[in-house]
Amino acid sequence: MNLQTTVTEANKKRSTTLSWGQWSIRAIALGYLTVLLIIPLLVILQDGLQQGLAEFWRQVTLPAAWHALQLTVWTSLVMTVINIIMGTLTAFVLVRYDFPGKTILNGIIDLPLAIPTLVTGVMLVILFGPQEVLGAWLKERFDFSVMFAPPGIILALLFLTFPFVVRSVQPVLMELDLAQERAAATLGAGGWTIFRRIILPPMTLPIITGALLSFARAIGEFGSIVIVAGNIPFRSQTAAVYVFGEVESENRLGASAVSIVMVAIAFSLLMIADYLRKRSKSSKEEMYESH
Amino acid sequence: MSLTSSSRTSISKTQSSFMDWVDRNKRKWTGWILISLVIFYVAFLILTPIIALTAGAFEKGFGEVIDSLNQPDVFLAFWNTLWVSLVVVTIHTIFGTLVAWVFVRHRFPGRNLINGLVDMPFAVSPVVAGYMLLLLFGRNGILASLVESLGIQIAFAMPGMVLATLFVTLPFMIRELIPVLEAFDTRQEKAAATLGASGWQTFWRVTFPALRWGMIYGITLTFARALGEFGAVLVIGGGVQGRTETATLFIYRALDERQYIGAYSAALLLGLFSLVLVLGSDWLRRKRR
Repeated sequence: MNLQTTVTEANKKRSTTLSWGQWSIRAIALGYLTVLLIIPLLVILQDGLQQGLAEFWRQVTLPAAWHALQLTVWTSLVMTVINIIMGTLTAFVLVRYDFPGKTILNGIIDLPLAIPTLVTGVMLVILFGPQEVLGAWLKERFDFSVMFAPPGIILALLFLTFPFVVRSVQPVLMELDLAQERAAATLGAGGWTIFRRIILPPMTLPIITGALLSFARAIGEFGSIVIVAGNIPFRSQTAAVYVFGEVESENRLGASAVSIVMVAIAFSLLMIADYLRKRSKSSKEEMYESH
Repeated sequence: MSLTSSSRTSISKTQSSFMDWVDRNKRKWTGWILISLVIFYVAFLILTPIIALTAGAFEKGFGEVIDSLNQPDVFLAFWNTLWVSLVVVTIHTIFGTLVAWVFVRHRFPGRNLINGLVDMPFAVSPVVAGYMLLLLFGRNGILASLVESLGIQIAFAMPGMVLATLFVTLPFMIRELIPVLEAFDTRQEKAAATLGASGWQTFWRVTFPALRWGMIYGITLTFARALGEFGAVLVIGGGVQGRTETATLFIYRALDERQYIGAYSAALLLGLFSLVLVLGSDWLRRKRR
């Protein structure tokens, strides 16, 4: 008894000294995030809105800025649609089929995460540059230019974001219960019906999450696009490249206003993705609890 | 538990009933078409550009590559990149661990919002990241006079580039460590504390060994991302040749000046660096299992 009280006393004493230490750890961690993350984000908000909402809106809707934002959004959308289709297909093939070279294919999918985006841009220039073999042939034969045009932007974005949908769908596909598919097949459902009615529904949420991440990542992309698309207003200038140009020419208001729009898009997309991830997590927990 | 194991055995028994169906009906062409479609897409999208870069760099022979890289400018650029990345990795290892710790172990108002904000650098454009720092520390910046009176130069100097890279790489360490810490059984720590270990001893002897692998992956990802950072470093550093030029900024300038072999070779070298890093950590991860 005596021993036990001394132990609890010692514990109590330790927990009070620990909590002092824990307090300083919390203060350091939050201070670090404030300095690195929150202050810069607030500064850009303050700077873009300091002349009022009307001026902010005027800067955003300046023809060049508006065009750059539109180009960014539509190229990212096209990329996201292709990514949804090809990413889901790739995950499906990787989970459901066995073929020689599958392990290598699985490894290649992560390569874009390891390659600097500027290097991605350089790679595409070598392939599709107007003086290069492939680029010159496409231009001459089909009058189709990849460089300094939207196709180049979409291609660069596809390269960068390829892993997101695949890696989001793959684990869900692996966990699918195959008894359902077998039952559907026994009941006479065709392959396409099985895919649409049984395989697709549980994959919807991970597909959307992957798509949102791809889109959010694409909105701000700079390194590869500035190389592939250059900086031609009204043709191949995306929002990030526009902001860069405005910073260089010291148009502070324009740079801040377009930056705010980009940050707002990124923030809302991430919040939705986060919400969906939490929802799928909790629905999965419910499923396991009910069993 | 029983649920997961039973479903797993059913997977291994037959790859799938859908597959059976395909087998019975059209495996000959459905499977074949899907597989070749994916292989063709990946080869076109990812492999062809990588091969093109290698071919482009070696177009005029191996000697040209060595000559183009064997320049004081290139050495300085890669040195700057390495220096910035090492500083960034060190800072994130220490503070990222603290942040992950606080998110997992502490409950406080605003925790969810801040936790969501940690992912922001993933989606905020690097240009905007650099520009934010310019607003703070550039000419007429909010903190410019304060920093100037301290005699430190941040904008267009290495400290600014470190800050920009810190912003861009913020999520990696934290996101890698949070799940590890969540899975960690705190009873071990309590046991150590009961046995008389001090807070620091408990961390160093009990918690840290459990975190080690998460830290290694976090470091790898942070390092690879820092090596390749371009937009943020360009805006805040200015890319002054011979001073604040990093490897990516050198590649950008070399392309601009039409020194193609130099640009391609440096791009290949930088790509190889981060590839080796990431593949190396993947290999470690697999070896550990």
